[in-house]
Amino acid sequence: MFPFSFEWIWDMSHMVFHGGLWYALTIIGLGMTFCIIKSVVDTMQGKGAHHDEEHH
Amino acid sequence: MDSALIPKGVKRAPLWQFTLFIGIVGIVLLWGVYAMVLCWLKGLNQTNMNDAYGFALWIWADLAVIALGGGAFFSGFLKYIIGKDELKNIINYAVLIGFICYSSALLILAIDIGQPLRGWFIFWHANVHSMLTEVAFCLSCYFAVLTIEYIPLILENRQIDKVPFFHNLGHNMHHVMAVFAATGAFLSFFHQGSLGGVTGVLFGRPFGFREGVLIWPTTFFLFTWSAAAVGPCFTLLVTKITEKVTGKKLVKDNVVELLAKISGWMLATYIIAKIIDTWYWAAVTAPESGFSMMDFYTNNPVYGIWILVLEIVIGGVVPALILITDAGRKNKTALITATVLAVIGICVNRWVMVLQVLAVPVLPFESWFMYFPSWQEIATTILPVAYGIILIGLSHRYLPIFPQERELNPIEES
Repeated sequence: MFPFSFEWIWDMSHMVFHGGLWYALTIIGLGMTFCIIKSVVDTMQGKGAHHDEEHH
Repeated sequence: MDSALIPKGVKRAPLWQFTLFIGIVGIVLLWGVYAMVLCWLKGLNQTNMNDAYGFALWIWADLAVIALGGGAFFSGFLKYIIGKDELKNIINYAVLIGFICYSSALLILAIDIGQPLRGWFIFWHANVHSMLTEVAFCLSCYFAVLTIEYIPLILENRQIDKVPFFHNLGHNMHHVMAVFAATGAFLSFFHQGSLGGVTGVLFGRPFGFREGVLIWPTTFFLFTWSAAAVGPCFTLLVTKITEKVTGKKLVKDNVVELLAKISGWMLATYIIAKIIDTWYWAAVTAPESGFSMMDFYTNNPVYGIWILVLEIVIGGVVPALILITDAGRKNKTALITATVLAVIGICVNRWVMVLQVLAVPVLPFESWFMYFPSWQEIATTILPVAYGIILIGLSHRYLPIFPQERELNPIEES
């Protein structure tokens, strides 16, 4: 639910519950976005192309 | 035939043996899937749930697997936040077990709500006065975290790792894993607690009702505490079972003993708090509602005082005493016994907090409500066990789950 949904009320319960949800989803989303973008950049720079499969 | 997929330097069972094993477990899985499809197509009349039992076997299984999967968040917390680096040798397995437990919990909920296509309602039309809403939010987000923690393991498969992008992705995800682990610990603290809080706030159910701090009953804290204590025990137990099945040592003793020691002290402190909570409930809370403690343990065919003894003494005090002593942790039989007892204790705790709560009569003209699950409920409860065994089998075979395996089981090159 978002603040523009018709059910939304600006009270503590809505802010705490949904604030916590968005906070967690934001961290997860930003973290994964960072990993994916960095991996694309690394791959374009040739990193990991001829790595030894014994060492990670 | 599949040797190109198996990690280098480790030995695995022949493919036919592995396929046979997966096939046998797969039959059980299909039985559960059949029952699940029946529930979805025909509805919840396939269960023995009724007006007295809105929560039934599924919710017990749900709470139990969530508690047992607590090893993932607590091990992650210990490794990434507290800095117990030795646990890196078991954290992969803790994550895998957590992933299985939480995906099972979500699967059970998808069956339990009857209409899984409306599952998203809880996010969009959220009842912000319900602890179960918080559980749904945290459970879903934490499952996403566990998936993110499991993905790098999959990317370490020999063939997948050859693709540069996947290699880099796995590498980069490892680097920021502490952020995900911290988020997971935050989410776990709240949903484990809220699952306990659900029962604790039921003032119309004096068997489950507890007082507490502000809006949080004591069961909120006890559920989180017990999951953090017994989750690692379950990880250790499954590790020992895996070692037995594969005939190999997979984790060094010092790692096992460290996790057992932490788990033991968590369990010891938890069980002291649980005893105090139970005493206060029996002496003050229940009498204030007009009940004596023995009202909850007599005049019925199943629930006697034995269940309290099983939960607190046999499933709590005994394993805690074994795990906090050096001799107990070093003795293999005692260690496994302690983990089994702790797992039984937590499962009994979740059982009484879900099912005995509903069985107890609360009005003078009522008698005990007894319940036995339908075969569809039993099959769908066994389904996650079969699914878990298959996923563990596949992960162990094709992914480098145990970093110490090669060192502990050197292969002589021919």
